[in-house]
This record gives sequence, structure tokens and C-alpha cells, in this order.
Amino acid sequence: MSEVTPSSRRPIEDRPVRVVSARLGFLQQIRSIWRSRELLNYMVVSDVKVKYKESALGIVWSMVAPALTLVIYYLVFGALLKNGIPHFVIFLFSGLIVWNFVTNVVIPSTSVVVDRQAIVKKVAFPREILALSTVGAGLVYFVMQLVVFAIFMAIFRTAPQWSLLWLVPVALLGLVIIIGSIGLLLSALNVFLRDIKHLVEVFMQLWFYLTPIVYSYSRQVEPSLVHHGLSWLYFLNPVAPAVLTFQRIFYVHEYVQATTPGHAVLQVIPHWSTMHYLEMNLAVIGVGLVIFAVTMKIFGRLQGNFAQEL
Amino acid sequence: MLNAIEVDEVSKTFRIHHERHSSLKERLLRPGGGSHSDFEALRAVSFNVGPAETVGILGRNGSGKSTILKTICGVLQPSSGEVRLRGTLAALLELGAGFQPELSGRDNIYLSGSMLGLSKRTIRGLFDEIVEFSELGDFIDTPVKFYSSGMYVRLGFAVAVNVDPDILVVDEVLAVGDEKFQAKCMARISRLQNDGRSILLVSHSAAQVQTLCSRAVVLDHGSVIADGAVGTSIDAFRSVLHADTREVDSAGPRARVEAVTTESGRFDVVMGGAWRGIARVHSEFAGDVRVVAAIRSPRNELLSATPISQGLVSLRPGVQDLSLQIARLPFLPGTYTLSISLRDADSGDSVAHVEQAAIIEITGESSSDGVFELDFDAKIL
Repeated sequence: MSEVTPSSRRPIEDRPVRVVSARLGFLQQIRSIWRSRELLNYMVVSDVKVKYKESALGIVWSMVAPALTLVIYYLVFGALLKNGIPHFVIFLFSGLIVWNFVTNVVIPSTSVVVDRQAIVKKVAFPREILALSTVGAGLVYFVMQLVVFAIFMAIFRTAPQWSLLWLVPVALLGLVIIIGSIGLLLSALNVFLRDIKHLVEVFMQLWFYLTPIVYSYSRQVEPSLVHHGLSWLYFLNPVAPAVLTFQRIFYVHEYVQATTPGHAVLQVIPHWSTMHYLEMNLAVIGVGLVIFAVTMKIFGRLQGNFAQEL
Repeated sequence: MLNAIEVDEVSKTFRIHHERHSSLKERLLRPGGGSHSDFEALRAVSFNVGPAETVGILGRNGSGKSTILKTICGVLQPSSGEVRLRGTLAALLELGAGFQPELSGRDNIYLSGSMLGLSKRTIRGLFDEIVEFSELGDFIDTPVKFYSSGMYVRLGFAVAVNVDPDILVVDEVLAVGDEKFQAKCMARISRLQNDGRSILLVSHSAAQVQTLCSRAVVLDHGSVIADGAVGTSIDAFRSVLHADTREVDSAGPRARVEAVTTESGRFDVVMGGAWRGIARVHSEFAGDVRVVAAIRSPRNELLSATPISQGLVSLRPGVQDLSLQIARLPFLPGTYTLSISLRDADSGDSVAHVEQAAIIEITGESSSDGVFELDFDAKIL
């Protein structure tokens, strides 16, 4: 055993003071999360490792599973219900990749505090890390699926609009902030009201259809809403802007030659300027930051009682 | 002088739900929130732990000692008041609590090390020492779910003591592993003491607190009832234990057993020696009862309970003294508790019960492992 070096012993005057009290300020919360960033890193890695540990294909499942989902949706909405969107696989994948991130964060984070109660009751660390680790894991799966997406695009010989690729991180940032905040809030609420978990599972299905993934916003939604000036209603769904942005970047075609007779040209995705896409995503980031601040406040109040409620 | 731990007027109130209303249906049906009562686990607790000081916390079960420990570690937030900590803190609340069973010992060292607030580089520097201390060898790359409970705990302890914290908080975890490992743990703790670390130790064992601590804080019903030199505090702890006379629910007449005293006023016995005590009994009735004695280990395990066929005495109404005698206490040195029950000789109903009627310190030297000293001999015939 090596001897402890005397230099490691700081005089007590120089040590940082940590306060355990009923109320922590927003900045203190952020600081404690930042100090635990390496823990967050390990939690993400162990989440991903554990999830695929016992399976033969391992992490490949994070690529195979969404590809299979894609095939199912393609068969149902493209082939069977004939929604008439050309290159439907690419259209579908653009939305599904965003949606998979949302479900990969919202569903696990809702139950994460309850699931990890053994450590919540025994070890002190910023509890936010638990929900944030599902965001991190969600991002890992997102990148894996991006690889699959690239393979699909190569197979179908389509290319993204390279000049708009910079919008991907902007849209993703908005999504991470807003979905991460929702996950954080749900993880705390589920400790006190276990029904939340079941409600979320049902609500996710509704949410999926409120998002333009298996249908086109421009064709199926906008025409009926725009007359009543109600388009804004659709955008209360914070996932819609990201999905539309991804479709613009990866699906590219605003107008396509119709496969159905009678329509020469179909509008599949909105005819918006790049500026509009940027503004839309910046708005999501702005709203997301407000929701994040409120969520942190609520989380800070609730987390003091985690250990005794579990 | 600056302190490593400052506990300042910390109170903690738990809400006890008599019916748990954690589902939506119940909340909707009974918007009032159901019946609950508040339980004050800590009442304005204040004490300090100085740098390089080892302080023990003593208290009965339910006195609030685990709550104050969890509050200091930050697992629980106080309802009011605050705890100020100077320096890094490592807690041995439950060894290996942060382990992820599916992951290897190696991965878990990094995971739980970072949970204790260490950087990746620091953990890498400590890694070999942790593995060596844990005596796991090649098992370090095996998922911890395949570990025996001993291996699990050894790794947990190895991580916690090797992180080199400014403040170490220990909760009754020193009785882990085999005797050799325990000795190693104790050696490591005294090294931390000599290195000027602050240690807060919670223990049932007055003897352990006496050996390790210079000061002790006694909690009872959530309040500090003593804070001072370890000898004085242990006396205060004993007097609380003796006052803990609990009456039993019995439809018929009852009796009450008061404090157990000894002729010499001492509660220490040399291992293998005899113990004599006097219990004062207040009886509401005249009749035959059986006196049942049970003895519990420092870990609160039941070691022996006498059969109900023994100890017949005839009570008379009013106050009388009962002589108790244990001819031989074969248990290994440590702190043991004795509980006394009086049962109706005919019906067997309990008419009086005192948990921890006496706390008996068994002294002496023993190198045996386990609970009691075996009279053992081997020779070639």
C-alpha cells in the first residue's frame, strides 16, 4: 500500500464548504451537476453497457430495433394505407430518429429514480444525474441510429441537404433541453405518484400521432388548421419543430412529383426559409430553457424527500 | 477554530402515511391526502466535528442516529437547519450500495468512485491499491453479481477507504468480512485518524466507540442528550437504555419491570464469568409468572432466549425486587443487551417486557471468530 502523500491533505481553511440544507439555489444545483459530470459520464456508459449486456448482438440492437420498427411503419403506412409520400422510408426515418430519442429519454427517465432507489437511499450525489444519464444514453442511441440512417440513405441513393446540416445540432439542442427537462420532472413526480409511469406509456402513443412522423404536416395537417389560424396549436408539441427540421434536412424535397393521378405536384414538407427553421428551433431552445429552470426548481423541492418516499 | 462538520439546528420531520396514497386513484378519491401524522426524527440537533477528530454517535434504535448520518451525507435534506461540511466526504452507509450488479468490479470501482466525487484520474491512481486492499485479484473483471457477499463488501470498503476523504462517515459497517479483513479495516481507520482525517462513527457498540472515539454524541428521541468525552457520553447512553421500559398490551392485569441494577453498579463481565442483576418489578396482581431472558449480540441478533418452562416466580401486588442470574456468559468480548419478559404462568400471556433491560459489556481477550468461545481441544490419542 502506498503512503498517503502529505500534500494531499489540505489545511481545513482551504477546503471548500458544502452546505446541506432544505433549499438549494438554481446556480448551486447547476454547479453540483457540473461537479458530477464524470459520474454522469460513467452512468451513461453503464446504462448502455447494462442494457445490451446479456444479448448476443449487444449494442447492435440499438441499430437493428429501430430499423425493424421502420420496416413495420413503412409496411403499414406506406404500402398498406398508401399515404402517397414518395421515398417514404427516408421521410419516415427523418421523423423516427427524432421520435426514438424522445421515447428513449422520456420512458426510462420517468422510472429512473424509483428503479435506482437502492443508491438514492444510500449514496449522496445530485439526483438530477439519474434523469440526465438517460438523456446521455438517448444521445448514444441517436448517434447509432444516425449511422443506420446513413446506410439507408446510401442504399436508397439519396443525400441530405448538406448546406443545412448545421441545423441538426441546433434542433437537437432544443430537443435535449426540452425533453431532458420533461424527463427530469417526470422522474421526480413518479416517486410520489407512481401512476405517472403508466400514464406516460399511454400518452407516448398519442404523442407519436401528434407528431408528423407517419404523415406529412403540409399535406394532412396544415390545410385544415391554417384556415382557422390554428397552426400554432400544432406547435405546442415541442417535438414537431425538430421533426420538421430533420425532414427538411434529410428528406430535402419540398415538392415531389405525385404518384397519384390528378396531382402534378405534392407538397410534402413546408415551404419555409432557412431563417424560419432557425427561428423555430431557437424558439424551442428559449422555451426549453424556461421549462428547464422551472423544472430544476420543482426538482430541487421534491428531491429532499426522495430517500424517505422510496 | 474551523470544524470539518458543523450540524446547525438540524430538524427533520417525516410524514407518516397511514395509508399510502401514491396512486392517482387514491389521490382523486380522497383529495384530503388521507390520514398521516408527522414524526420528528430530529429536533434541532447541533454538534460539531473538528479536524482530525473522531466522534461517535450513540443512540437506541429509532433515536435518529441514522437520520442524522444520512443528512450529513446529503442523502436526506433537513426540514430546517443546515449541515456545513469542509472538505470531501466519503460515507460507508452501506458497502457497495452504488454498485451496478451487471458490471465488472473494475467498472464498479470507477462508477462508485465517481459517485464519491473522484475524478477519473484520481481513481486510476488509486485503482491498484483498491484491488489489492479488496483481495479480489483476478475477480476484478467478473460482474459483481457473481461475487460472494464477502467479496462485495470487501470491494465496497476498499473503494470507500481508499478514496482518501477529508471526512469519513461510518455506519455500523465495521463488522464485515472475516476477522483478518476486519483487522485490516480497523488498521486503515486508525491510519486515517493518524493522518488527521475527521471520522464520524455510528455504532451500537459502546465498546467500539470507546476504542475509536475521543468524543461521543448521544441522541435520544431525535435530540442530543449528551455531547462530551466518550466515557461520560457512554454513561448517558446507558442510562437512556435502562429507562427504556416498555409496557405490553395485555387485557388482564399487568406488571412493569423497572431499571435493572447490579449490586456493584457495574455492567461489565469477564468473558465466561457470571452476571447478576436486580430488576425492580411493579405488579398489579398476585400470581405466578415465568421470567424469560433473551440476550442479543452487538449486531442485535438473538443469541439465546430462555425457555418459558424456566424461571417461575410468584409475584405479589406492589413493588418487589427480582434477582436475575446468568451463571456463565460464554460470548466473545463486546456489548450485549439483555431483554426481560414476564409471562403469565398459566396462559403464557406477556404481562411485562423490557427490551434492553441491561446492557452488558463482556470484556477479555479472545482470538476466536464467531459469537462465543468454544471449549475445544484436539490431541493425538
